[in-house]
Amino acid sequence: MAEALPMAGAPMNVNLAGLTKNDYRGAPSTLCQGCGHNSISNQIITALYEMNTVPEDVMKFSGIGCSSKSPAYFLNRTFGFNSLHGRMPSIATGALFANTQMRGIGISGDGDTASIGMGQFKHIMRRNVNMVYIVENNGVYGLTKGQFSATAEKGLQLKHQGENPYMPVDICMEALVSNATFVARSFAGNSRQVKELLKAALAHDGIAVLDIISPCVTFNNQENAFHSYAWGKDHEEPLHEISYIAPRNEIILEREMEDGEIREVAMHDGSTVILKNLERGYDPTNRYEALRVMEESQRNNWLVTGLLYVNTTKPNLTSIYELVDTPLNRLTEADLRPERAMIDKINALMF
Amino acid sequence: MNKIVNDFSITVGTKNGSGSSTANNTILRSIFKMGIPVSGKNLFPSNIQGLPTWYTIRVNKDGFIARQDTNDIVIAINPDSFTRDLASVTPGGAFFYSDDIRQPVTRVDISIYPMPIKTIVKNDPNVPTDFRDLVGNMVYVGVLAQMINMDLDKILAALTFHFKGKQKPIDMNFNALKAGAEWAKTNLEKKDPFQLEPMDKTDGLIMADGNTAAALGTIFGGIQFAGWYPITPASSLAEALNDYLPVLRKREDGKHTYAIVQAEDELAALGMAIGAGWAGLRSMTSTSGPGLSLMTEFAGLAYYAEVPVVIWDVQRIGPSTGLPTRTSQGDLTFTYFIGHGDSHSIILLPGDVSECFDFGWQSFDIAERVQTPVFVLSDLDMGMNQWMSKPFNYPEVPMDRGKILSEKDLEEIKGNWGRYLDKDGDGIPYRTIPGNKHPMSAYFTRGTGHDEHAKYTEDSDAYIRNMERLKKKHYQAVKFMPKPVSHPLKGATVGILAYGSTENAVLEAQHLLEKEDGIKADFLRVRAIPFTEEVTQFIEKYDQVFVVEMNRDGQMRQILLIEYPQFAMKLKLVAYHDGLPASAKWVREGILAKYEKVISDQKSVVSAKKVSAKKMTKKTAADKTVKKTKRK
Repeated sequence: MAEALPMAGAPMNVNLAGLTKNDYRGAPSTLCQGCGHNSISNQIITALYEMNTVPEDVMKFSGIGCSSKSPAYFLNRTFGFNSLHGRMPSIATGALFANTQMRGIGISGDGDTASIGMGQFKHIMRRNVNMVYIVENNGVYGLTKGQFSATAEKGLQLKHQGENPYMPVDICMEALVSNATFVARSFAGNSRQVKELLKAALAHDGIAVLDIISPCVTFNNQENAFHSYAWGKDHEEPLHEISYIAPRNEIILEREMEDGEIREVAMHDGSTVILKNLERGYDPTNRYEALRVMEESQRNNWLVTGLLYVNTTKPNLTSIYELVDTPLNRLTEADLRPERAMIDKINALMF
Repeated sequence: MNKIVNDFSITVGTKNGSGSSTANNTILRSIFKMGIPVSGKNLFPSNIQGLPTWYTIRVNKDGFIARQDTNDIVIAINPDSFTRDLASVTPGGAFFYSDDIRQPVTRVDISIYPMPIKTIVKNDPNVPTDFRDLVGNMVYVGVLAQMINMDLDKILAALTFHFKGKQKPIDMNFNALKAGAEWAKTNLEKKDPFQLEPMDKTDGLIMADGNTAAALGTIFGGIQFAGWYPITPASSLAEALNDYLPVLRKREDGKHTYAIVQAEDELAALGMAIGAGWAGLRSMTSTSGPGLSLMTEFAGLAYYAEVPVVIWDVQRIGPSTGLPTRTSQGDLTFTYFIGHGDSHSIILLPGDVSECFDFGWQSFDIAERVQTPVFVLSDLDMGMNQWMSKPFNYPEVPMDRGKILSEKDLEEIKGNWGRYLDKDGDGIPYRTIPGNKHPMSAYFTRGTGHDEHAKYTEDSDAYIRNMERLKKKHYQAVKFMPKPVSHPLKGATVGILAYGSTENAVLEAQHLLEKEDGIKADFLRVRAIPFTEEVTQFIEKYDQVFVVEMNRDGQMRQILLIEYPQFAMKLKLVAYHDGLPASAKWVREGILAKYEKVISDQKSVVSAKKVSAKKMTKKTAADKTVKKTKRK
């Protein structure tokens, strides 16, 4: 956990909802120390705290994987559903019909979204379900100890997997071509940007995809290419025998990036990711332009971050259904069971 | 010539997609409106257009309306199935055929009636060229009507219903029908014995299909959410929701209290339904075997995470894609143990259309009360065919939403609760639903190991406690199950246990066994698993209990063997599966093949097989062979 709990006796800051940041916290994380996912959890806590959202007004969802464990590590006072591998979208789609005033936050990973969950991912995009869909993207299966995911770049070397022979799936591109209405990319180490994009996503009415590159400190290493990171004496051990995870610091950008700047960021394992902030004047409402920029960044091996696309004109899923104002899950028998007289009408309608 | 009144079968052989269903339903409905017990079953291929399809009608004054294996009257419209159709007529039967089919009519033991369908339609100036084939179907209805005395007024009523009162199609079809009847009156001489005479045995009954009935039942059960994916034979259930919800749950403000979502596949269909059920909505999905296979993963989650949801399985034949348009009771064992790990499901087994309605609303009460998936297993025959039925009954009990804690409840107990705590000792915990504003209301639902407070745990004791509670919950839930339907017979020495759509066939077999074979059998139709005490008592009572079902392996019997190992020797397998709705013939023959006559003074057992060996068909003989092979 990056943020320490407040010291006893320290002044507690209360937001406009009358809540302290503690009211937004979850259980202690069981993910690896230094995992980018923890940093994202913290930004979710901060974003909701700063937005004065009451935790009871949120539902959180996830699939299966390291990322999908993380909803337990924020918003204790929020209903959560840790569902099945790749199936979070359908659970969220159904649940959010129960109360359309509640915010949905879904946490998924690159395996959960781009492999086993690709179908549901694409369909939750086209349905424009009103929720934030965060992909904590590290290009690797962590819980099963380091296999390639579908977002891993071609040619990536992993210790026990060898070289990745396949082209990667670009989550933002997939979201966009499936008619997502909010598409953004960020990097877990860029806390401020993550938080700002989260706030924008939470404010969006419809599906908001946040593809957050979140380095796996344990499995996505390229030790045969870069040796700048000390691995200690476990270095030579096969990965599936690792039982001790060396603590590492989180990756934090040294300074905030300028608009349009291109920068290489050192990863835990010494590899680099190239970040490119979007140009000043970029119009995120232009879908064609968004696709062009993504294509360009792919060709140049850049990681474009920021808000790639937003469309505020499309109705979200539940609004299409023109539901009653009372949340559906507060309706009673009087609202739901047709009157007795209707049974005769129905029988008369049969032959 | 002896007349045979109100006791025969009619089979129409046509091409799929030729529009004959209107004609066939008109025959069915007209006979029904004449007050004569009747059933109609569409035996159709998995095809949009072109393959042979049959519609078989059973008329029976005594109310035995199971499908009959024999065809007394055959109407042949399809050249491709002509030879087969001609061969299928029972000796002494009647054969009507479209006279443009140039194939030899070789039989002399039946009455033959060629019909100039094409000529009649062609000569009607009111029928547009495009409609000639469709309307042509009405000509055979007219010819048949004239020859067996179908009431033209009732036919008009049936057509008016079918075309929802639209005068133009009603007139066009009825005129063609009358032209057919007129032609037959002038040109055909009645040579066969089959006649209809009006009765009053369908008074007060309605005619409906099980999928529509199920949808209506769920609407009266307050359905709020359905996720579904198209599949034969279940699609019409969800479509009926879309048809009837706007009528039955219409509000003045035009807003909706429900949402029906067509999902991208069955995984998502059940996923959405579980999400909605978890969030406090009355939620369901409807599917058939292949869809249920895909839903397995989610069903396991709902069982373990204890999410109320209703899953309708309108069964068709498997394995795999199987025979997509043929009926079956082949999903029972699969459903009972659905999901990996230890599990067992609550299963409701409607036996007719009105029970599809009843279980439509009752399944929600049970799912929310027990907090678990409830499976309702109907089948293609019940789901898609029109059945005579008692009218639907308004639910006489208020909705049971189960153990839900509101903000007020939580305040009273000072937020001191655990999602999976067995507070009441019945295995059923309390739950809260999203939107509850109490700061202690939330919990984290997961398919991973959890303790009484929904916290993640891999602790062995906590795991065992949870699994034992789930088992307890399952068996405690028996008190919410519908009781079996009993069809007793005085002096019965053996029992027949069956379920679902086979009831008509079993009732007729029960009658025949007494009349023809001197075997008095008690009949219990099971309507739910877990089994209620009536099931136990029934099996206890008899030395031989024949478990009748439409599958190969005897899946109900498999479950009975597990639940009642002490009764294993008396549970006799009478399972048969060919995709067609059950007939009394195979039920009876299946029972005779397994029946052991006990001569009490010598305590020896004489097999009835010898007695009935001649009557046995190939299928029961084959069944016997398989059994012998197994014994080796």
